[in-house]
Amino acid sequence: MVEWTDSERAVITSIFSNLDYEEIGRKSLCRCLIVYPWTQRYFGGFGNLYNAETILCNPLIAAHGTKILHGLDRALKNMDDIKNTYAELSLLHSDKLHVDPDNFRLLADCLTVVIAAKMGPAFTVETQVAWQKFLSVVVSALGRQYH
Amino acid sequence: MSLTPKDKATVKLFWGRMSGKAELIGADALSRMLAVYPQTKTYFSHWKSLSPGSPDVKKHGKTIMMGIGDAVTKMDDLERGLLTLSELHAFKLRVDPTNFKLLSLNILVVMAIMFPDDFTPMAHLAVDKFLCALALALSEKYR
Repeated sequence: MVEWTDSERAVITSIFSNLDYEEIGRKSLCRCLIVYPWTQRYFGGFGNLYNAETILCNPLIAAHGTKILHGLDRALKNMDDIKNTYAELSLLHSDKLHVDPDNFRLLADCLTVVIAAKMGPAFTVETQVAWQKFLSVVVSALGRQYH
Repeated sequence: MSLTPKDKATVKLFWGRMSGKAELIGADALSRMLAVYPQTKTYFSHWKSLSPGSPDVKKHGKTIMMGIGDAVTKMDDLERGLLTLSELHAFKLRVDPTNFKLLSLNILVVMAIMFPDDFTPMAHLAVDKFLCALALALSEKYR
């Protein structure tokens, strides 16, 4: 089981409570699709992904970004058992969506960059440590049920 | 994943805005890497202190950014331009090349903080490509 200090819990909770899920979700997913274009392979049914501009304006991608953030919200609400909370989601990504788990790390890195831009200097070293710890637990849980 | 002329122009533009604060940026990126990825501290066991404000971290942050600045001027042939640095990392420092990505991410984080509006996805792409190319050139002499 992952151990969280009170400080880490407070940091993660605070980040989420100040987050616009739609804005951050859209920006993070778009950034991932643009910076790591091979991730577009999983979004064949999402309409026009021709270039950065079309990706940034794509409503299906925006909606999916929001969905992802709400998924992260579940991890926030179950921080002491992210592994089991995500068991079904992990199986979904493995068996149905066939997503290479390395992509979770790429999206996590884009999320970190977007949050850093949003928070500016408030995204201190300590904040980043807690945030990336949270994301690495999420990424690990999402890859856990692959077989 | 080679750099297009547009990528190179983007990198040079950002470097122009960063070079004046190279020491601060380097120290910040290095501090973040050491904190978020504690395994990277293993390369600095000879330092007195690894905490963010420490003289060793500040000095090394500056050294790293000077190296990156040099790479910016040699973008058209990174492999040749970074030959000596690659030999240093290969034969003397022997830093596991996986770690270059970890520092790169933290450079990107610092850039996002410094340029929240200008560090667009396209700019991020260009800088990430450059840092990947740099890391590749740096590990050229490893084996």
